[in-house]
Amino acid sequence: MIHHSRRGIVAAFAVATASALVLAGCSGEAQPEETEDGPVTLTITANAITGGKNAAEADWIADWVIPQFEAAMEEEGRDVTVEFEPQGVDDENYKTKIALDLQSGEGADIIGMDGIWVGEFAEAGYIKPLSEVAGDAVDDWEGWEQIPEAVQAAVSFDDERYGVPQGADGRVLYYNKTLFEQAGLPADWQPESWDDVLDAARDLKQVEGVTPIQLNAGTAMGEATTMQGLLPLIVGTGEQVYEDGEWLGDSDGLRDALDLYKTIYIDEGLGDAVLQQEAAGRDTSFQLFAQNQIGILLEGDYFWRSVINPAEGVGTAPMADRDTVVGYAKIPAMEPGSGIEGQDFVSMSGGTGRVLNPNSEHPELAWELLAFMNSAEAYEERNATTISITPRTDVNDAILSEDPMLTFVSEEVLPVTAYRPPLAAYPQVSTALQQATLDVVSGSSVDDAMSAYVDAVTDIVGEDAVAGN
Amino acid sequence: MTSSTVTPPAGRVTAPRRRRADDVAGLGKARAGLFVAPALIIIGIFLLFPAVWTVWLGMTDYRLTGLQAASPEFVGLENYTEALTDPAFWNSLWLTLIFVVASGIVGQTLIGFGLAWSVRNITGWVKALIEGLVLAAWVIPASVASFLWLALLDRRTGTVNALLGTEGAAWLIDHPMEAIILFNIWVGTAFSMQLFSSALSAVPPSQIESAKMVGASGWQQLRDVIVPNIKGHILTNTLLITLWTFNTFTPYLVTAGGPNGKTEILSVYIYETAIPGGQLGLGAAISLIMLLINLVIALGYVRVAQGRRKR
Repeated sequence: MIHHSRRGIVAAFAVATASALVLAGCSGEAQPEETEDGPVTLTITANAITGGKNAAEADWIADWVIPQFEAAMEEEGRDVTVEFEPQGVDDENYKTKIALDLQSGEGADIIGMDGIWVGEFAEAGYIKPLSEVAGDAVDDWEGWEQIPEAVQAAVSFDDERYGVPQGADGRVLYYNKTLFEQAGLPADWQPESWDDVLDAARDLKQVEGVTPIQLNAGTAMGEATTMQGLLPLIVGTGEQVYEDGEWLGDSDGLRDALDLYKTIYIDEGLGDAVLQQEAAGRDTSFQLFAQNQIGILLEGDYFWRSVINPAEGVGTAPMADRDTVVGYAKIPAMEPGSGIEGQDFVSMSGGTGRVLNPNSEHPELAWELLAFMNSAEAYEERNATTISITPRTDVNDAILSEDPMLTFVSEEVLPVTAYRPPLAAYPQVSTALQQATLDVVSGSSVDDAMSAYVDAVTDIVGEDAVAGN
Repeated sequence: MTSSTVTPPAGRVTAPRRRRADDVAGLGKARAGLFVAPALIIIGIFLLFPAVWTVWLGMTDYRLTGLQAASPEFVGLENYTEALTDPAFWNSLWLTLIFVVASGIVGQTLIGFGLAWSVRNITGWVKALIEGLVLAAWVIPASVASFLWLALLDRRTGTVNALLGTEGAAWLIDHPMEAIILFNIWVGTAFSMQLFSSALSAVPPSQIESAKMVGASGWQQLRDVIVPNIKGHILTNTLLITLWTFNTFTPYLVTAGGPNGKTEILSVYIYETAIPGGQLGLGAAISLIMLLINLVIALGYVRVAQGRRKR
């Protein structure tokens, strides 16, 4: 009998161990109960990392936000620790990471994200309106009065605020004045049409060892291809990717835009088509521009602030002589007056923001931190070394005049800019558009690229929602 | 091996012996079952459940984000018809076939055998050096190895371009499949080499000596003495290499499936579809197809192995 029961115990023990393992696997880490006054840990994540991507933001969070907020909490007698989880990867990879975090009910309490992801994340239930997560304190926040509606819209969905925007941005044509001089082009350059841009590129082609123009294309660059490539062209033809309830289909505007890609990359070899297919093509284009090897590059003000910025530890491809060598011009419509609303010049704007994680264990405290990060004081500190266009009017009025480039964006570009549709289907349509540019730069005809695009977009949104079907 | 070739004597005599073999510990079925239960539960949770879950996911329109992430709908076999009618899927399968045959079966097996064969009579530091170098490629972590290859093949500052004087040649764009095939051969040859080395050392020297005495050439020795002796090893090696190469994801670190899907082998294609593309349902469906192909390869191997044993 003893013999038997011992065996029974062993077997029961084995089963119990296995089920304990299984249960531990299912429930995740056990969280100790915390009282309101006990030690609390909050986490912030963003696609920013010291010494790499968006270094200024990472440094600001680590060196100012965290110590200041912890100190302020300590004064109130609360023991709060804030941790920063930096990331320094391509935007597409970052998006995948936070989507998986949120899907599994994990993730940081405050998450930085591109405004254009808000729709699909909200529809998936991964993020919730701010006031739903953190209560009434959200609507009472003083900051909303300082943030224009259009800027708030960048991280809103269905008229609900899902996050606090981090700022506004705009796209311009950057050009290298040294190379322009060598090509006999003016240092003060403002093209009036696509043909003007092509003419300048043809002159630049005469300069040895220089790629005249790099216009983002291909899927490897992700949203950078659409935002800093195809979309500014499309609005320059007077069309929009989403208009009157329909998505862009086979249209003259898209055809003209793809034709321009073909002219630049295939017919005249004004741009480096291979670069657009490289896995790390965008970073390479930054490096080459910084090394005076690219004449014209369409980029956002991010490029000025965080890439070629000569300040120490801020730019990923710093240019010591940025302020004298790099010029910037508004993006012309295809022809004067052919842009949306009859504009001569166009641009695209997006915006990043920070959202609260609905799975946060301390949502109210997380909101306090988020509001703190968006206080006027915080933005002044954030812009002490690198100036960017903040969402807050009060701060912008005070700081922007210090940087001519951002004043230019704020005064000349933002008034003519356009926004992407805040719809959940947009990122998929964007991928289809990127693929169309990739097809063209890797040698397909515009007709083939167009029909593949129309098939793809029809698959995504349905036949009735595509214009021209 | 020997016991299975001996024909067991028929009749009663063997019956009790067999029964005892069924229950050596004398536990009885129920208690034995209890002992196996923990293992079975773990296999069930971590192997069977995900497999069944994949089957279920593959029949929904589940996505990583958007409405279908919150409430996926059952779509039946739609994902499978979509995958099987998508030229991109067949292209990916074709690339995978080329990749497996060229880098796995031909590359790793032949080069591995060739290396093992050529160093078999060498001793001392030369052998240690060659084996060490080949093994180094195998033990270097995949992320590091792929970074080395990126540095090697880089278009602007790559070592290969500097050595060959082919400045500006974009190997990873112009010859992407060749690049990942070479990469995979480089990474994986050590395994075949080690396996064949030990197999070759197990070939009875007396047989080789006899062959030499009757005047067999090197090729004849290889064909008539060596290969028949190591057939089992060749089979095992080929199966493992085929499955590993079929399932490997490391080439993604070198080319990211590009340019324009030219190196999108099946594992990369599934990743691109399911994670960055967000189509988890479709990704699950293709994963199941991949799993079935794996099973077919493994079953094919088992049949060949059994056929050999019967002979």
